[in-house]
This record gives sequence, structure tokens and C-alpha cells, in this order.
Amino acid sequence: MGKKTMKRPVKPGRLRQMLTRRTILLAGMQAGIIGTLGVQMRRIAVEQNQSFRLLAEENRVNIRLIPPVRGLVFDRLGKPLAYNEPNYKIDMVREQSGDPETVLRRLATIIPISEQDITSALEEMSKRRGFVPVTVAEDLDWEHIAAVSANAPALPGITPELGHYRIYPQADDFAHILGFVGPVSDYDLSQTDDDDPLLLIPRFQIGKNGVERRIEKPLRGKSGVKRIEVNSIGRVMRVLGREESQPGANVQLTIDNRLQRYAMERLGKESAAAVVMDIRNGDIVTMASAPSFDPNKFVRGISTTDWNALNTDIYKPMLNKAVTGTYPPGSTFKMVTALAALKGGFVKPEDKVYCGGFLELHNRRFHCWRRGGHGKVNLHDSLKKSCDVYYYEISQEVGIENISAMAKELGIGVEHELELPAVREGLAPTKEWKKQRRDADWVIGDTLNASIGQGFVLASPMQLAVMTARIASGTKISPRLVNAIDNRPHPVKGREPLDIDPAHLDAVRKGMYGVVNERGGTAGGSRIRKEGWDMAGKTGTSQVRFITKEERARGVIRNSDLPWERRDHALFVAYAPADNPRFSISVVVEHGGGGSAVAAPIARDIMLEALELSEDMDYRSLPTDVRAGRERPDDKA
Amino acid sequence: MSYLEQNIRTIPTGLSKALYFNWPLALLLTAVACTGFLMLYSVSGGEIERWAQPQIIRFALGMGVMIFMAFIPINFWREISAFAYIFGIALLVAVPYIGETRGGAQRWIDLKFMTLQPSELMKVAVVMVLALYYDWLDERRVSRPFWVALPILLILLPTFLVLGQPDLGTALLIMAGGAIVMFIAGVSFWYFGIAILSIVLLVTGVFASKDTEYQMLKDYQYKRIETFLDPSSDPLGSGYHITQSKIALGSGGLTGRGFMQGTQQRLNFLPEKHTDFIFTTLGEEFGFVGGIVLLALYGLILIFCYVSALSNRDRFGSLVTIGVGTTFFFYFAVNMSMVMGLAPVVGVPLPLVSYGGSAMMVLLIAFGLVQSAHVHRPR
Repeated sequence: MGKKTMKRPVKPGRLRQMLTRRTILLAGMQAGIIGTLGVQMRRIAVEQNQSFRLLAEENRVNIRLIPPVRGLVFDRLGKPLAYNEPNYKIDMVREQSGDPETVLRRLATIIPISEQDITSALEEMSKRRGFVPVTVAEDLDWEHIAAVSANAPALPGITPELGHYRIYPQADDFAHILGFVGPVSDYDLSQTDDDDPLLLIPRFQIGKNGVERRIEKPLRGKSGVKRIEVNSIGRVMRVLGREESQPGANVQLTIDNRLQRYAMERLGKESAAAVVMDIRNGDIVTMASAPSFDPNKFVRGISTTDWNALNTDIYKPMLNKAVTGTYPPGSTFKMVTALAALKGGFVKPEDKVYCGGFLELHNRRFHCWRRGGHGKVNLHDSLKKSCDVYYYEISQEVGIENISAMAKELGIGVEHELELPAVREGLAPTKEWKKQRRDADWVIGDTLNASIGQGFVLASPMQLAVMTARIASGTKISPRLVNAIDNRPHPVKGREPLDIDPAHLDAVRKGMYGVVNERGGTAGGSRIRKEGWDMAGKTGTSQVRFITKEERARGVIRNSDLPWERRDHALFVAYAPADNPRFSISVVVEHGGGGSAVAAPIARDIMLEALELSEDMDYRSLPTDVRAGRERPDDKA
Repeated sequence: MSYLEQNIRTIPTGLSKALYFNWPLALLLTAVACTGFLMLYSVSGGEIERWAQPQIIRFALGMGVMIFMAFIPINFWREISAFAYIFGIALLVAVPYIGETRGGAQRWIDLKFMTLQPSELMKVAVVMVLALYYDWLDERRVSRPFWVALPILLILLPTFLVLGQPDLGTALLIMAGGAIVMFIAGVSFWYFGIAILSIVLLVTGVFASKDTEYQMLKDYQYKRIETFLDPSSDPLGSGYHITQSKIALGSGGLTGRGFMQGTQQRLNFLPEKHTDFIFTTLGEEFGFVGGIVLLALYGLILIFCYVSALSNRDRFGSLVTIGVGTTFFFYFAVNMSMVMGLAPVVGVPLPLVSYGGSAMMVLLIAFGLVQSAHVHRPR
């Protein structure tokens, strides 16, 4: 070959021309393609620059929320009731892990996670979008976290995180007041118009009940924002900017933890509620509801067994009976009827009514609790001995409207603003109410029943404590549960006097004093004998069933022979000291039997404890050394 | 007039050959390579040792080789063309046994001091052997079926070997380079018409074979083509490359973010940011202007090649020069099309800019042939 070409180094002629022509053609085509590339380049870089620049920015900058540390809750003495403990946990991002199951199995060799944890984590991850971190293990030791960090390259998508546990050191004692926190659920999101982006963080803890729920926003705090530059696999390259989160507000309650604990213990195994209120300023010093539950269980995820046990218990441990439970107040309502009658001028305190054991009206007998009757009773005796007939008699003249108005004046059947969910209004019935709600006309028998706190009348233990405080103080004092949020005090409400003649109040107070301290008083057995600590109160036993004529003819069955849920409620309201009132108290024992036998002793004991503690019940400033869990590991990032 | 006489009269000898180099072409190549160094420096985030320094050393080495080759008469290169081709085929055959597997493909042979990609070498060897063939072939036989079938076999043999590695991009470049040499050599348009038609049929066949036992391409190659047709269908999978590279290019604007100010590549949003996708860095940091300047440099390189080829009366020299120029053109055209979303993602580097030893070495060897043809061209 070589020789041949050496001889003809130049090939002139047709092919030479063709080479030139085709080269020019080729170059032209190539020029066209280069031109196209230039045009495309211009289109991307210049014309679509804005949109691509935006995309580039999104690629680069990732905004991460810094969750705030939840505010703490203290009692009036500065004792922490809810605080945060660090919770070392392991989060996993499906997108970054490649094969989540392999990674989890590898993780299981380093930290203790069960087969069930792996399954549920995989399930959770498959439900969520790929970039959402899912917690696969929590409540770990620092050593485990360190081990995971050391093995990070073998565990793609796995990041150790510091979260916080809510701790309720008083456990059961404050369950109903504080409520508890739990992970935000889809249901929560559908119920709220809160657009805080924090709620979109999986497992973000929000208040689910009690104060935690009602003061959710101040307690939650404000999220911070960290603008970070990330690369394509989400690795943080550097932090571009940081706006710190604001920890939630610290809340101080009006409750005294010592008295609360005492009350819870004293209620014991009963299904009962007790409320102690400071008459001078409306502070709710104790709000006990029994039985209770451990809110800490809810924070860490309650087991199905525990949950079912709580829900099927007929004593309803989840219910805050102090504000959500409403009961016929029974004889404790007699002060309302009495004051309504006095105010309207229908009776004078000294007027006497004959009690023969029953009142017959329109061929129907309205019985006094005492079958033999009380004979002639005046206002004082009617309270002291809790005569029903006296009230049947006077109520016919007073009328339901006056009674209802007086009940509302004293705080029953009206709304009280408390930082708790499901605070019930109770019921002070009127003719119009019955027409509207029951589609029936009011009959005189309804008035008679209402006059002794039966029938339609309903009140919560908290309202009964308010009623007693108002009678004792003569002011329209209203309950307070929260003393201050972040040291901004909540005002005392209701210092204005009641629209009741003080003389009338005095007459009723004397009757209440008689109940406890005079011979023949229904709560004589619960008298406080300490000088100057005398208690004034009123018993109540409210029926939860209707006693038929036949039943009555056969002789009323003794309460203790009835099934629990048909027994009478036992109630007692009181204030003390009688001559210089400090506290009012109400105790309701569901289906407990008689007010004097069951409720009054409990109330006396709690009252005694309250008076003993009262010397040392002033508000204290909040401690600063309580763990709020404010240190976070990614602060270093 | 004997060849010897002509040589004495018109062809420079000794060191004076340096004066007859195609210096503008060498300067343009250096300019492009320098753009590459800057980009590699930027992509590595300012670490010169990582990519820029090895690349500079390789380029210096390659330039040395190019100059050395330019001093050697073109006739020598003509003589060894057939051997180069046979040697290339042998290496391709040997790769499965002695080669290294990277990224699921066997393409490299480790030569200790550098890794060699025989398929890269083959691009030049095919151009050389075809130039030799048409230099030797009688003028009247150029379009005769038998004499057309022979070079087609010469092209298809390495093409299929490379396809088997598998490396679709290089296979297409080898085929295109060979076809262009045949075209310039004067093969009748009819053959090209038939070839294009059969390619269309082949492509149809390739797609029809998908998901059958006779599937001709790897799944990832199908996916790449499908993604090219609709990148948004899989934005985080295969379409990710194209989407991300467009984002980087597009965010540059007219003049770019400025040198070292690019964010996308540094943050690893771009895969192969220092190799096949390096153009996006240029686009992001120097914008439309930067991209056009590089495109213009490439264009000028082509112009100098073609002018040299047209002024060269040696058929072998002309054909090699045009073949090398065209191969060079395919490199950057395919790479840029891919990066700008005009072509599917096939692994073709941006010539002289992308990080990589084989491609740069082979290109400079090829330009060594071009220089030699230029220096020793009969005038």
C-alpha cells in the first residue's frame, strides 16, 4: 500500500473536488448544529433564567424548623408539674436510606430495637413521603447514640436526634388539670385552624387535654428557622442563617400541689371530685377528680391494654369530674332557693313552715327525706336539718324564674372561664329552657324538684365551690386556675358585690353554720373543733333514680342494697373559717350514698389540711434551675 | 517529478518544521484546555490537586506527544494506520479479560501510570484506517458495493465490540466518525440514504426488543432514552441528570454567577460534575457568554482543521484531518446536547475540558496526526 500511495501522493480530479464540496457541506451542517446549541443555550440560560435560578435556590437552600422547647408548668409554690427531659432518639429518612429494611437490621445490631419496632417503623415510613423523618427508636442511652454516630457511614438515612419527653412528676395527681401532650394526629390537624408549620412535623407533641391543650399556643412557643445549604443527598453543607426558636411560656397554676395530693389521696378509690377555692381571689387551690391516671403513659404512647382499661372503667378515670361532671346538686342547692325567696320578699328568715314528711300537690306527694317530717321549721332549721318540705312550700311562690336567676347569680348554669377543656355550664332551668329543649310546658312539680336541687338542675363540683365562695364572701368571685403565664399575671375577676342583701346572705350563712356546728345539723359529725376554724356547710344527697309510689309503699330500699350506679350522689359544700372565710370547698362522691356520711368527712379533712397549709400558700417565684431541655445537639450544626 | 524532489522543495525538514506548525490550532486547543482547568479547579471547590493539577500534567504530556507526532512525517502515520487499527481491535477484544469494571461497564485497561480506554483509541484508529483505505482505493471503485461493504465492516467490527462493553456513546461516535470519512471520501449519497433508513429500522427493532429475551440494550440505556424523551417522568431517577444540569445551566443567566460562585456542582446536585457534566459549571459560573465563547473556540478549531484539510493535497492527510475534526465535533456536540437536554444522556465527555486521561490523550494524539498532516502537506 505504502509504495502505491508514495507514488501518487496527490489525487487530483473528481474526488478532490468532491472532497472539497462535501467538506464544505459537512462544515455547513456542523455550523448549523453549533448554531442550534447556541440558541438552546440562550434559551436555557437567558430566557428561562428566572425559573431555573429559582429551582437552583430551592436545590441549595433548605429551610428547617427548629422546634421550640415547650413551656413548663408550675404550681403556686413553684413546684414543677410538667417539664421536659431529653430524649435521645433515632430518626430515619426513607429516601436517603436506600433499602430501609437492611439499614434497620444493621441498626438493630447496635441498639436495642425489637422486631416489632422494625415492622412498625417500616410501615410508618411506607405511609409517609420519602423525605419525612420517622422515629425508629427513642428513649436511648447516650452510649447508643454515640455508637450510631460512629457507625453513621454504614447507616444511610439514619440520624440521631435529641427530642424531649414531657414529664409529669406528680403523675396521677395532676392528670386532669394538666392533661398531657401527644403527637399531633391527622384528626388534630383537621380540627384546628392553626397553621403553625410545626404541626406538620411528624410526632410533634401538642397538648391533648387539660391545661396543656387549652394553653397550647403559649406553651408551645415559636419555631425557629434554620436555612441550610444542602447537597443532593440532603447532607448539610453549611448553615446559611439561623433564627432561634422561642421557648414556650412558663405557666404558674393556682393549685397547691400539697393540697392537691392530699385531696387525691383522701378521695381514694371513690369516683369523686373535690374543689377547693380561695374565697378572697377565686384561686382554685385544689381540683381533684378521682380515680385518675398517669399522663406520663400517654406521652410515651399508651398501650392498648391500659387504654382499654381506662375507657371501660365505669368510674371514668379520664373524665375531669370537677368541671366536666355535672350532678343534681341536691340539698346543696337549697341556699339558692332560700336566697331567691328572701330576695323576692316571699319569706322572712323567721317565717315557719310545717313539715309533715311530705307535701301533697295536685294529688302527687313530694316527700321530705325524713319520713316523719320536721314539724315547724324556719329558714335556719330548714338548712340545718335540710328540710325538703320547707322548700317545696316556698318555691311555689318564688317560682322557677327567680330560683334560676339566683342560681346564675351564684355561678350555677353559667359559663366560667377556666383554662381547661370541656368546662360544663351546668343547668339552671327556666320555663323557656324546658319549652325549647324538652318541648314541654313547665309544671309546678318541676319547680318543687328544682327547689331542692333535683329534677333539671345540674351543677359541676367547681360551680358548687364557686356558689359557696360567693355566699361566703358576698362577692361575685370567679374561679382562676392560671395565676400567670410568663410572669404576666391573670387578673382576679368578680370582686364586685353580689346583687343580694347582705342580711339575707347572713341568714343563710347562719343556717350553714348550723348544719355543721349545731345540734341536729346534718353534718354535725364533720365539725371542725379547732377554735376559729369553724366550718359552715351544707350536705346534699341527690337521687339519680325516680322512686315510684309502689317502691315507696314497700319501703325505700337502702342505698347500700342498690347497684353502685343507681345509688345517690353524696355532696357537701362548705367554707371556713366561718367568721372569716378563706376557702370554699365542694365534694361530690358519685353514687356515694349520703352527703353527711360520705362527702362531709372528706370535705372536713381537706378543709383542715387547706387551713393548715394556708399559712404557707403564697405565690413563689418560679425556679430557674428546672430542666427545660433547652440544650439541643444541632445547635452545633 | 519524483516524490523526493517535491519533498525537498516544499516540505520543511528538521527543527524548522516547528515554524510550519498549525500554531493557531495548537493555541486554540490550549485555550480550551485552560477553560477546562479553571472549571475543574472550581468544581473541586478550590482544591487544585484534586482534578485540575492531574489534568494540567496530562495536557502538558499530551501536547508533548502532539508536537512530537507533528515532527514525524505523515507517511509514517499512514504506514502504521493498519497496525493501529489491528492493535485497537486486539485491545478491545482483550478488555473483557484484562479490563477493569467501572460503573457496570468494562472499558478500562490499567497501564499503571494511567488507565487506557481502548474504545477511545479506536475512534482515531478507525479514522486512520479509513483514510488509508480511501487513499489507496482506486477513484472509480469508491462507490462500488464491494468496496463500500469493506469499510463498513471496518467500522462495524469495533462498533459492536464497544457496544458489547457496553458503551453506547463511544460506539455511536466511532460509527459516526467512520461514516463521515466515507462521506468525505466520495461514497455515493445513495449508500448514506440506505444507511439512515436501516438505522431507523434498527432503532425501531431495538425498542421492539425491549422486555423480550433478545433485548439489545441494557435497561439503563432504555431508561436514559425514555427519560430523554420525557425528563419529568422520573425527576429523581434518570431524569435527574438532565433536570439538574438544566437547572445549573439555567441559573447562570447571561454572564453567570462568577468564577467559583456556582452552587449546584459544588453541592453535588450534578452527577459526574467534573466529567461529562462539566459544561454546566461553565454555564452556571460564566453564563451564556461563557458557553458561547467555548462554543466559538470549538468552532474555530473545526475551521482550522477544515482549512488545513482543504489546502492539503495529500488525500490521506485531508481525510484524517477531517475525520479527526468531525470526531472532535461529535464529542462536544453530543456532550452539549446532552447537557442541554437535546439528546439522551450518553457518556460522552466534553473534549479537552472534562476530567479524564484517556479522552484527552487520544484527542491530542489525533491532533498530532492533524499537525503532522499540516506540517508535511504537499503544497
